[in-house]
Amino acid sequence: MYVAVKGGEKAINNAHKLLAEQRRGDLSLAELSVEQIRQQLPLAVSRVMAEGSVYDPQLAALAIKQAAGDSVEAIFLLRAYRTTLSRFYTSEPLDTTNMLVERRVSATFKDLPGGQVLGSTFDYTHRLLDFTLLAQGDSATTAQELEAIKPQDTKLVADEDEEQAMTRVLKMLEDEGMIVPELDTGETPTDITQDPESYPSDRSARLQSLTRGDEGFLLALGYSTQRGYGRNHPFAGELRIGEADVVICPQDLGFSVDIGSIEITECEMINGFARLSDGEIKFTRGYGLVFGRNERKAMSVALLDRALQIDSYDESAESPAQQQEFVLSHCDNVSASGFVSHLKLPHYVDFQAEIELLRRLRKDKTAQEKS
Amino acid sequence: MSANNIRQGYNFAYLDEQSKRMIRRALLKAVAIPGFQVPFGGREMPMPYGWGTGGMQLTAAVIGETDTLKVIDQGADDTTNAVSIRAFFKDLTGVKTTERTTEASLIQTRHRIPEFALQEDQILIYQVPIPEPLRFIEPSETETQKMHALQDYGVMHVKLYEDIAHFGEIATTYAYPVLVNDRYIMDPSPIPKFDNPKMHQMPALQLFGAGREKRIYAVPPYTDVKSLDFEDHPFAVQQWQESCVICQSDSSFLDEVVIDDKGTRSFICSDTDFCRSRVELQAENSLETL
Repeated sequence: MYVAVKGGEKAINNAHKLLAEQRRGDLSLAELSVEQIRQQLPLAVSRVMAEGSVYDPQLAALAIKQAAGDSVEAIFLLRAYRTTLSRFYTSEPLDTTNMLVERRVSATFKDLPGGQVLGSTFDYTHRLLDFTLLAQGDSATTAQELEAIKPQDTKLVADEDEEQAMTRVLKMLEDEGMIVPELDTGETPTDITQDPESYPSDRSARLQSLTRGDEGFLLALGYSTQRGYGRNHPFAGELRIGEADVVICPQDLGFSVDIGSIEITECEMINGFARLSDGEIKFTRGYGLVFGRNERKAMSVALLDRALQIDSYDESAESPAQQQEFVLSHCDNVSASGFVSHLKLPHYVDFQAEIELLRRLRKDKTAQEKS
Repeated sequence: MSANNIRQGYNFAYLDEQSKRMIRRALLKAVAIPGFQVPFGGREMPMPYGWGTGGMQLTAAVIGETDTLKVIDQGADDTTNAVSIRAFFKDLTGVKTTERTTEASLIQTRHRIPEFALQEDQILIYQVPIPEPLRFIEPSETETQKMHALQDYGVMHVKLYEDIAHFGEIATTYAYPVLVNDRYIMDPSPIPKFDNPKMHQMPALQLFGAGREKRIYAVPPYTDVKSLDFEDHPFAVQQWQESCVICQSDSSFLDEVVIDDKGTRSFICSDTDFCRSRVELQAENSLETL
């Protein structure tokens, strides 16, 4: 008679076994290795690193394998692992101007110092399913071609002379006084992983939340600004993908040490001009930086960074993308997915309380109608 | 702390000592200002947000090797999430666990307060989904913070009054708001209002953890906790005409169980330890009631 389940422990263990069985799939096929995922699903790895907020391609690949390809679950695995790590140093700010660029495009100038470098991109592919991949598991490009191809080969206009340095597009406009400058205030940035959010949040906190926010959510909100919900007239001023050095300067050492490099995607958006408090009229700007290769995300972050600067330009928070509490407190998919999924937990007690009230209210009503 | 029988490679109770210290500091503040929501640097836990990460962080911060832990969900020790959280702490602390309310020094709970009265040497840790009692009236945190600071609680009374206008009574059955120590309105977490009176002047320390929302609050022992009401619509708890089919209790919170496809129902205690203890005692005293 007693229905509530004893033996829950056994059922849970078996459910986990069944999950392992589904993840493994057909046992007659070779098991996917973590290294294969890392090498051959690099964009999935990028997303998991960015939103899991740990730069570690191997662990991200492991998380993807363990999560059976569910990105949000993999992100959660990496995030939960992240909390157990000790924090040794805070790095110096990344120098993205001098990063080793693999891709760099600007939608605002046809040619510019350093040139337009297409890098690897889906942009001009025709989205036709490539059945050769299905047939032989191999692309039309030969191994020799794959080995020979270099980012320089993707430059739009090949340089006759020696390589020019890639100066920043927005810096050029800044020097001309055309765009609001980006200034280092020298303040220590907020750390959203250590301190709870408080509103209104400063830009450092906003950018941190956005950079590990859910790609789909940010994309949709960024898109909404383009469709008129908080329009900010964006131009993709510059988009870069490449390797940036990570430098630390330990206090007890007294000089800086290069500890390696990370792949990042950076987007600087040029936005519609505004009259500033000093009376000048200038372009405004939005910034997005994410781990790994992910232009869609970097651009969405930049759109939202600009949308959330309403206080700087005397704009009002009319649209969802401009409301920081709305954007920042809902963009984290680890929180969102957890809270939505918790609806699967038992709610017998609350539901019982509700059903008891509803029955009583209905009974009172029937009694009233009869009398 | 020594780490004898705990999972290799992890700290006692999962969190590192710095994080635990940060949580304990927030706890001290919470105890000093009953009912006030203290922001804390909530950490990710290896379980999803919304599944008790706030309660787990509090348990991790206060648990010691000599503690005896009980974990309940919906009043029961055997619900899947309670099983999972208990297994987690067993794995990462090696402490003794129990299903008996009276034997536990720490009780982590979701949605219930045990039926047996708690004692001075016990701590009750609630899992809280939405710590802000005013959230359903005012979605902005900036605004609700102001309302708490100014004790501007008019909207809450208006909401309760609207319930009376629409339904003839206050139509909140769980997460029923309370006034703590005559100062802060507090969300008691989604316990049924049946449990609200137990919070008042409780000898045990009550701690509340909201992991996703990164808030901690507390009700120290022997603190006034008053469920909001009106003079002409006094607060009242749920009552059942039925009694538990297992232990015949007519004073505990009962869960409804559907036993066939004709909608036939029976009722059982939601607090499994209370129910079992009564059955044991009845067996001993040959059916004398508790």
